[in-house]
Amino acid sequence: MKAYEIVTEPIEPQRYADYVLRPEAGAVTLFTGHVREWTRGIRTLYLAYEAYIPMAEKMLTKIGAKIEEKWPGTKTAIAHRIGELQIGEIAVVIAVSSPHRRDAYEANEYAIERIKESVPIWKKEIWEDGTEWIGDQRKKPDVSNENKGLDSE
Amino acid sequence: MITIFYFAGLREATGTDREEADLAGKTIQELSAWVNSKYPHLSLDAVRVAINEEYALSEDVLQDGDTAALIPPVSGG
Repeated sequence: MKAYEIVTEPIEPQRYADYVLRPEAGAVTLFTGHVREWTRGIRTLYLAYEAYIPMAEKMLTKIGAKIEEKWPGTKTAIAHRIGELQIGEIAVVIAVSSPHRRDAYEANEYAIERIKESVPIWKKEIWEDGTEWIGDQRKKPDVSNENKGLDSE
Repeated sequence: MITIFYFAGLREATGTDREEADLAGKTIQELSAWVNSKYPHLSLDAVRVAINEEYALSEDVLQDGDTAALIPPVSGG
């Protein structure tokens, strides 16, 4: 495995937790993001993710470097899966270790926020009656017709 | 030549994931205008452009051999 990677196979989160664990780390936060079946009353059958792989891996690496700068003493690993994912499967894993828990929690949340904001990964929702590429879930462009109230979170 | 990449909804709307265009010396803004004139039905308002895998500014200039990726709003996580 690489510390920052886009993968096509199912994610095994423990591998990323093990990767960041060190003798000086007293805390590891392990976030896994899963495919949700129900979003605001609409049922998702499955998701299809795609990525601009080389750029996405570079940006994940930069996020990790930024975390180590903002929270010294942390170590991070991030993976995002692409392709077709079924309900409940893991789309993203973020593992952060630090000497104390506070930094590990904060850095982990920072990582998922940055991923959702700018890493070139896209998901397509597949429903019983149609499909749609989902746009930015944090800042909604006025002109885009991509969201239509179907954003997650 | 410049290689242009299309992803997600843009790939489906253009029917291609990449194409080459003679846009060396042009700015990102001019690249967007070129794409828009070729595919008038595309909305590029929320689309960012990355040159050689780095987000670029609208005034940045394309060099021969560059890759320019049109990045629609992302939805990872």
